[in-house]
Amino acid sequence: MLKGSKEILLLSAMATMAVLAVSCKCNRESEQMLQVSQEQGVADSALVSSIESVKQIFYSLPSPLETAMILKRSGATYNEELLNPVKNASKYNTTKSMALNLGIYSTDLSYASLFDQTQATIKYMTVSKKMAEGLGILNAIDNSVIEKLEENINNRDVILETISETLLNTNSILEEDDRVAVGSIILVGGWIEGLYIATSLVEDINKVDIEMVDRIIDQKLSLQTVLKLLEQSNSNADVRELYSDMLELEKVYNDVKITVSDVKVIQDGKSKVATLKSKNVTTVSPEVFKKLKTKVIELRKKYTA
Amino acid sequence: MVRMRSSIYILVSAVVLFLALPSSSNAQCKNFAKKICRLELSPYVHDGNYNAAILTEGEDAELFKTFYAGQQYRISVCGSETLNKIEFMVMDVDRKVLYTNAKNNFATSWDFRVENTQQLIILVKVPVTSSKNEELKSGCVAIMFGLKTD
Repeated sequence: MLKGSKEILLLSAMATMAVLAVSCKCNRESEQMLQVSQEQGVADSALVSSIESVKQIFYSLPSPLETAMILKRSGATYNEELLNPVKNASKYNTTKSMALNLGIYSTDLSYASLFDQTQATIKYMTVSKKMAEGLGILNAIDNSVIEKLEENINNRDVILETISETLLNTNSILEEDDRVAVGSIILVGGWIEGLYIATSLVEDINKVDIEMVDRIIDQKLSLQTVLKLLEQSNSNADVRELYSDMLELEKVYNDVKITVSDVKVIQDGKSKVATLKSKNVTTVSPEVFKKLKTKVIELRKKYTA
Repeated sequence: MVRMRSSIYILVSAVVLFLALPSSSNAQCKNFAKKICRLELSPYVHDGNYNAAILTEGEDAELFKTFYAGQQYRISVCGSETLNKIEFMVMDVDRKVLYTNAKNNFATSWDFRVENTQQLIILVKVPVTSSKNEELKSGCVAIMFGLKTD
């Protein structure tokens, strides 16, 4: 009888765990569905029901490396004075400030590396390592990474691969440790830094390369991804604060207009690279651009203070 | 007494196993993305973002991302060996399908550039290939982006 009771107890415990496992998954899914429904707002019901059947939704922001590439392609010049000085690192002691500035320093690092600023690249990798360690992401950037950069100062390909690997290490370790909120804050920090560098390089929208202004306008699209990404971790107080800042930025971006026409795919049989053709019409007045620049500077100052 | 100890031991082991399983799966997924999928992006440079999850046959995932004018991209979708093939589609914001690998021999990557900056949706599906009597297979699926450098 006693033996039977123990077996029943054991089986009950295992059954409870199995039920818990299933219910944890379901709760997560319904939470995602709820968020999607709220976000979509006026989206048609077909779209909503299609998304509801999806198990996992990713919102992918431009990484610090992609941000730096976009900056360079749009005609940016290198200005080290725009970067967050490494000496500021000692001021960052909270999870939020370390995460934001890991993102900010990662964009500075990527920007410096694309302009072959090797000493700045090593300096910003070292300070990124410090931020990562502060966040408990101990194996994301180890000493061998810094050594690899020092050994390959004239090899941009190796430097870019090394930066890419450290970004992947940081993101995947945080995902593995169920610290998605921290990962999102890092990405938003990196994204804001890219926007800060870009807007700082534009004094007058009528006197600069139009491509740079276009890429700044395009960030209105990425801002929607920023908001959705942060909504996924809205139980985190740091994320909620950041979300509120991003809503303020959205208010300014609401005066920037983007219309996108139908997309057509042209497949090049020779190069095997497809081109997605469309016509975007964008509008921003000098006054709105000034407001946008002021808001970005204000946010960046707040995050690096 | 010995029986009771062994029951407690089994119970504790079951709890430990229950708690460790998700983390172990995530670790496997991380290593798979880093050691296998990332290499498929070459000669493009991986953007550094991590988008991977454990999916079971019949499940799908979606990724929302803005792609920038002037930049050339490689999308690579790869699944662990347990999954036979992964279907992926690239859609615009109106969910119009711009590319599907189902019409391209289930290719694992697609290279493209956008003339103007676009928000796109990547839909990844794991088709059911197991027979009715078989257990559905699960495995890691990673969506990775490569950037063309000058």
